[in-house]
Amino acid sequence: MSTKDQLGDIIDEGVSYEEVRGKLFLSLCIAASFFGIAMLVLLLWDVIATTHQAVFEFNVDPVHFLTQTSSRTAENAGFYSAIIGSLWLMVLVSVMAFFVGVGTAVYLEEYAPDNRWTRLFEANLANLAGVPSVVYGLLVLGVIVNGAGMGPILLAGALALALLIMPIIIVSSIEALRAVPDGVRQGSAAAGATRWQTIRNVVLPAAMPGIITGTILALARAIGETAPLIMVGALFITTRTPGPLDRFGAMPTEIYTWAAQPERQFIAMAGFGILILLGVLFTMQGIAVYIRRRYEVDFGE
Amino acid sequence: MSTGTGADEAGITRDVSKEDQKRNRRVKRVSLGCAGITVATTVAIFLVLFDNASGYFFEYRLHEMVLGASVEQIITFAEFFTGTRWAPDHATPAHGVLPVVWGTLTVTVGAAFISIPIGTATALYVSEYAGDGMRRKLKPSLEVLAGIPTIVYGYFAISMVTPFILAPIGELVGLSFGRRSMAAGAFVVGVMTIPMVASISEDAMNSVPDDLRNGAYALGATKFDVSTKVVLPAAVSGIFASYILAVSRAIGETMAVALAAGFNANITLNPADEIMTMTAYMVQMARGESAVGTVEYQSLFAVGLVLFLMTLAMNLLNDLLKQRFREEYQ
Repeated sequence: MSTKDQLGDIIDEGVSYEEVRGKLFLSLCIAASFFGIAMLVLLLWDVIATTHQAVFEFNVDPVHFLTQTSSRTAENAGFYSAIIGSLWLMVLVSVMAFFVGVGTAVYLEEYAPDNRWTRLFEANLANLAGVPSVVYGLLVLGVIVNGAGMGPILLAGALALALLIMPIIIVSSIEALRAVPDGVRQGSAAAGATRWQTIRNVVLPAAMPGIITGTILALARAIGETAPLIMVGALFITTRTPGPLDRFGAMPTEIYTWAAQPERQFIAMAGFGILILLGVLFTMQGIAVYIRRRYEVDFGE
Repeated sequence: MSTGTGADEAGITRDVSKEDQKRNRRVKRVSLGCAGITVATTVAIFLVLFDNASGYFFEYRLHEMVLGASVEQIITFAEFFTGTRWAPDHATPAHGVLPVVWGTLTVTVGAAFISIPIGTATALYVSEYAGDGMRRKLKPSLEVLAGIPTIVYGYFAISMVTPFILAPIGELVGLSFGRRSMAAGAFVVGVMTIPMVASISEDAMNSVPDDLRNGAYALGATKFDVSTKVVLPAAVSGIFASYILAVSRAIGETMAVALAAGFNANITLNPADEIMTMTAYMVQMARGESAVGTVEYQSLFAVGLVLFLMTLAMNLLNDLLKQRFREEYQ
């Protein structure tokens, strides 16, 4: 055993520096990979701990919290109107963004000729996806809230969010349409179907799971967005639940209002609100992943 | 449609198919209209920002100037771009945008110091070293990290990062951290852009063909050599693209910096100081609900325009890089 080790040492002498360097590099990479995970764990733990603090130290009754509208005093404040605001936003945003987004994807993938205009179109799409979310808020503030004089209503906030996630829906829908092999389209065309009949009866049904998944993920992104809503003017303490044409607050704006307060009880309640928001988001993301796994059409490619 | 009882079948199918063709063309037009909305959005962003920002500089908005209002500049570009005090809403107003631009740049650079090395190392580990089981655990956690709203990161900064991470470190080096600081903003923006750098870089590394790796191994290269001297250079375009996207995202990041870095516009290098980014200024102004036409309201769009142009430049740079370095292995 000892002789074998010595032999190994002699042979290894030449490469030991490289070996050490390789191992050092690998451990650095592993450490970096776990930094992200450590931050995620820390963040989730922080949210759960402050929720616990809100409930047990500040005696925030969860039922009261979920059924009361917002208030200037921490004792009376609840999350109900914010939840309703977010639900309304979700409904309106999905109606506004889904059809236009899928329509655009259908045009680009199925109808558009492969020329310079189409490429410019796609470059524009990529740039739109990179526009900061506050700018969409400014756009709606300038055009709808003040330009058209509609005021800071929920519909305006929904429009800002819809514009924000439109590029995401388009790109994921294009990917879903692209995953449908051309042979399927040609088969339909050979049977005498028009482009639209092919799209409606063959391509869209096959691509739908991918499109729905992309849309739900984009919606989850929209529900967590705060900045465009604040630009539109959503920081409003509503004592009643908002409808589409009312002034409104939503879950993230309410969380911001609370988190920016100096009182510790408000900050703890912001943690509670975040727990609910994250619960909604994770559920949506879980549903999206489930739909993709369950319904995805496999063309055996 | 043919109503005659004796109509030949060919005639009927021809009519039906004409109807279908018409519907097909109609759908094509509608879908083109949908696509037009994205173009209209881009045009509208430019128009709204320039129109309102010109109200800030020239007192009259762009469309009013086109309609014949006199052009008299009230805030000079020299003052705007070189002034070092930013307080458009102050009793003695100052219109130098530099402090808020400085705030944005420091947070962006600080965030890049976190997201770029950690994101790249994560990508290398996932793509080159990690086994299948590890990869299946790491990638979803990164996706979860990427899906967390930015407001939550801001909350994380004030309730966890500043008191329990930055303050102890600050004590060691003699900095006292308040509730909001430049370092806290940079830290959380860095953390939130790690997944972006990691996933795009990893895609780029994955597209490097194994032949290149095997060739290097055949020459006696170690795994370290292959990772750093073969895979990294071969994937450089995608990796740079991820850096640019992360920087662009950090420039436009709003809620996390508004909560973590604060609302105090000043030019400082002290990481424990409260600063104000362009986006934080916009949040502050929007919360105040300033009346339309006031200089505060218009300054919102002036700052928004600067922000938009900075991110646009980043996105265009990204397009350019993609074309310049396009390596096609497939």
